[in-house]
Amino acid sequence: MIIRIDPASPDPLFEQVVFAIKSAVAKGSASAGGKLPSVRELARELAINPNTVVRAYEVLERDGVIVRRQGAGCFLTGRGSDLAGAERKRQLHELLRRAATESFHLGFAPEDVERALKKCLDELQFDSKGKKA
Amino acid sequence: MSSAVVTFDGVHRWFGKSHVLRGLSFEVAPGQVYALLGRNGAGKTTALRILLGFLAPLAGSAHVLGRDCTDLLPEQRGRIGYVGEEHRLYPTMTVQQAVNFEAATRSTFRKDFALEAAKRCGLRSGQRVPFLSRGQRAQLSLILAVASGPDLLICDDPALGLDVVMRREFLDVMIDLLADTGCTVLFSSHFLSDVERVADRVGILHEGALLVDARLDDLKQRVRKCIWVPNGDAKPPVGDNVLRVGARRQGFDLTLLDATEAMFADLAKSGELSPPEAPSLEDLFLDITGPEQPGMLREPIEQFLSKTGGA
Repeated sequence: MIIRIDPASPDPLFEQVVFAIKSAVAKGSASAGGKLPSVRELARELAINPNTVVRAYEVLERDGVIVRRQGAGCFLTGRGSDLAGAERKRQLHELLRRAATESFHLGFAPEDVERALKKCLDELQFDSKGKKA
Repeated sequence: MSSAVVTFDGVHRWFGKSHVLRGLSFEVAPGQVYALLGRNGAGKTTALRILLGFLAPLAGSAHVLGRDCTDLLPEQRGRIGYVGEEHRLYPTMTVQQAVNFEAATRSTFRKDFALEAAKRCGLRSGQRVPFLSRGQRAQLSLILAVASGPDLLICDDPALGLDVVMRREFLDVMIDLLADTGCTVLFSSHFLSDVERVADRVGILHEGALLVDARLDDLKQRVRKCIWVPNGDAKPPVGDNVLRVGARRQGFDLTLLDATEAMFADLAKSGELSPPEAPSLEDLFLDITGPEQPGMLREPIEQFLSKTGGA
């Protein structure tokens, strides 16, 4: 699993770490049972504050993406996310709304955007349950 | 008193006619990494020296680890690690002697750790301090400061004069310390890219007071910058959430806090609006400390002196 961040980006660092790990799972480059680097290892690798990594792991644990085993470290559950249905829908809506707004400003027609989204989904090879096919 | 590790409460300090700190107030919570930013001469070093008890505030008070800074006991001093700007070390000593010396002053000093860390950084124990490069001296100073496992680490512009590689290694030592101990860190720096990596909270010091004191994530998520060119003679918005209005050749630079979609829609109706962006730390720094900014929170020295009955 490759985790990359950009400290100068407008997104908070802990969110970038969360996103990087979630997308690694979505793309299938990390699978269930996989062990995450320790807080210290990842903090050093990314040269960021260990508190930020702790916070990212807490969010991932809350979302059901990872489990923490006392003394052994953090492991991927393989599940996308356990967020309650409504919250998941809200987050999805928010994500797509942002993408749609940007696309509009770039001057694309709705059909172009739909096609582009379809292409992204194909690249990730999701099936109907949000799992990798 | 609060549980903060560091508290500045309305601290003033002047040297002759130069009024360096003008009511500096902020806190650093336990485990937090606080970056103090500011231009040269903004008062960063003075603030840190007050905290260490090297200078007394002439008005207001500063506390560290729950004790007034003008009255620190060895007990508190022993829990503070300090890396000064010049990385001052005794010039007659070798690396080994510097480690031994420091170990003798603090009971919690881990000599093995210090020698091991020094070796990892390529320092030989027999090397004499005057023959160390600037970067090596910085590294040794940091190692000596963290080897006692301090509760609070204070660094005064530690990265000044270090090259990119040395700066990253310096950061590594700091990250290890944080991972091991959850130590509180207060550091001043001019390297905003380092600050963006490790700081939880930033304070921007300008003309002796903080113009910004906020979590870095809040700055990224809640502050938006945009350029607005009004139609006709529409006036720029005013209100609590307008942090700054800067005049441009044409239109205005707006810096807004928690601005709503409705607010942006209104602006777009009354003029041309650039897409709102989160400001980088560098943008923000330039915006509020740049040469065109009127000094906010400024108070003439004489006025302050007469109010407090003089120095």
